[in-house]
Amino acid sequence: MKRCICITLAAIAGLCLAAAAPAGSSAAEGKNVILATTTSTQDSGLLDALLPQFEKQAGYFVKTIAVGSGQAMAMGARGEADVLLVHSPADEKKFMDEGNGSRRQLVMHNDFIIIGPADDPAGIQAAANAPEAFKLIAEKNALFISRGDNSGTHSKEKKIWESAGVKPDGQGWYQQTGLGMGQTLAVAAEKKGYTLADRGTYLSQQKNLGLPVLCQGDKSLLNVYHVIEVSPLKWPKVNAAGAKAFADFMVAPDTQKLIGAFGAEKFGAPLFAPDAGKAVESLGR
Amino acid sequence: MELVFDGIWQAIVLLVTLDRETWGITLLSLQVSGAATFISLLIGMSAGIGLALAEFRGRNLLVSVINTGMGLPPVVVGLFVTIMLWRNGPLGFFEMLYTPGAIVLAQAVIATPIVAGITVAAIQNLPRNLRLQILALGATRLQMVRLLMREARLPLLAAVMAGFGGVISEVGASIMVGGNIKGCTRVLTTATVMETGKGNFDIAIALGIILLGLTFAVNYVLTLVQQHDRPR
Repeated sequence: MKRCICITLAAIAGLCLAAAAPAGSSAAEGKNVILATTTSTQDSGLLDALLPQFEKQAGYFVKTIAVGSGQAMAMGARGEADVLLVHSPADEKKFMDEGNGSRRQLVMHNDFIIIGPADDPAGIQAAANAPEAFKLIAEKNALFISRGDNSGTHSKEKKIWESAGVKPDGQGWYQQTGLGMGQTLAVAAEKKGYTLADRGTYLSQQKNLGLPVLCQGDKSLLNVYHVIEVSPLKWPKVNAAGAKAFADFMVAPDTQKLIGAFGAEKFGAPLFAPDAGKAVESLGR
Repeated sequence: MELVFDGIWQAIVLLVTLDRETWGITLLSLQVSGAATFISLLIGMSAGIGLALAEFRGRNLLVSVINTGMGLPPVVVGLFVTIMLWRNGPLGFFEMLYTPGAIVLAQAVIATPIVAGITVAAIQNLPRNLRLQILALGATRLQMVRLLMREARLPLLAAVMAGFGGVISEVGASIMVGGNIKGCTRVLTTATVMETGKGNFDIAIALGIILLGLTFAVNYVLTLVQQHDRPR
């Protein structure tokens, strides 16, 4: 009996040592870059395609923390991330104005789309633009599923409600999930509701949904991604060199080419359009 | 329903083809939760035994606190550990956040009250006279504790299983303090959350099945130990 316990304990202790080994090796100083980013870049598979290249070229190990843009910027504002890849321009400007970031560069864009049940009870297919579509949804009291998590998508959604002149909070037809894009799409599909989604996540989940795109192409639905280096002046512990290397990598011509081609094979069309060096105003038609 | 069968098939494919990433994730889950359980055994069992044998004012209060801790929500633990480990936080100089070590720490915090709570109950459940008898026969305190642990080994091993089961299946703290980083802190539960978010339900189910299989294997070994030579 005692021997059995001893063997069990020895086995557990062995496992501990084995667990401690990777913990030690990954703590190599200055070689880790903490990237706080939106879920869409991870869920669409873009980062899986880009990061191995960067890690090979620059010799850094990237620790990707995939959260909503709001949380990503909150991490940056506390100096808990080195570099951000986010898509919430209004909040990003505020972030920069508060001196949290040292450099902000345009990386790429795609677009948001409004999707909903195929029979389109609110008739938004006839709408000329996104705010009008939202107005129709509100008038018909049609179910709308919101992210409700301060992500870039949620922030865009709030802006469209504002331009539509509708205050959806507290209305019976307006439900907030507080979840990521993937899960919110699943909720919308189950409840047959409308929702705002980024095209990348939508395309990668389309097979499970059965919700067609009902409104798209409007300039207000542009989804723009920037890379932001967190300010080492404000937060001395930030890995500034690693952050700079990552930002430079994202806007480098070779990477931009990769971004432009990403998803073309799997989805028939690229998920993102590379924009490094362009002016934000020039995007869209 | 088809999806579930797809998932089972995926699980078999992933395991049989020795998919390196899946094996890595599975092994890391076992290591991290094993280490956390081991730490919780050291702390939880000593505390539990001490508490069961000692008599002092406020003991009932302390036992109640531990019993409440058995239900600690993992995300709350995750949040506190994250704040502690932030590089600008009180324990920031360890540079531990987003490493497997951070997950071990959070999971140990979750498992320790579970182990301690069950240990208190296990030791207190022994006949009171047994202690007196052992001491009367001239045993030292340490010898007495060893004999009591031997007598209570069935519920004590149950404490091990409960602690391990609590942490291997936990996702809230692991995703917060570990960050679900590929090849570094991605464990079975956080990978399942991510694959669900990506809409890869079949892979998510496959990972769930692997997790269940792993937990079953560990518990089976522990049960063999427990039931071997049990008191008649």
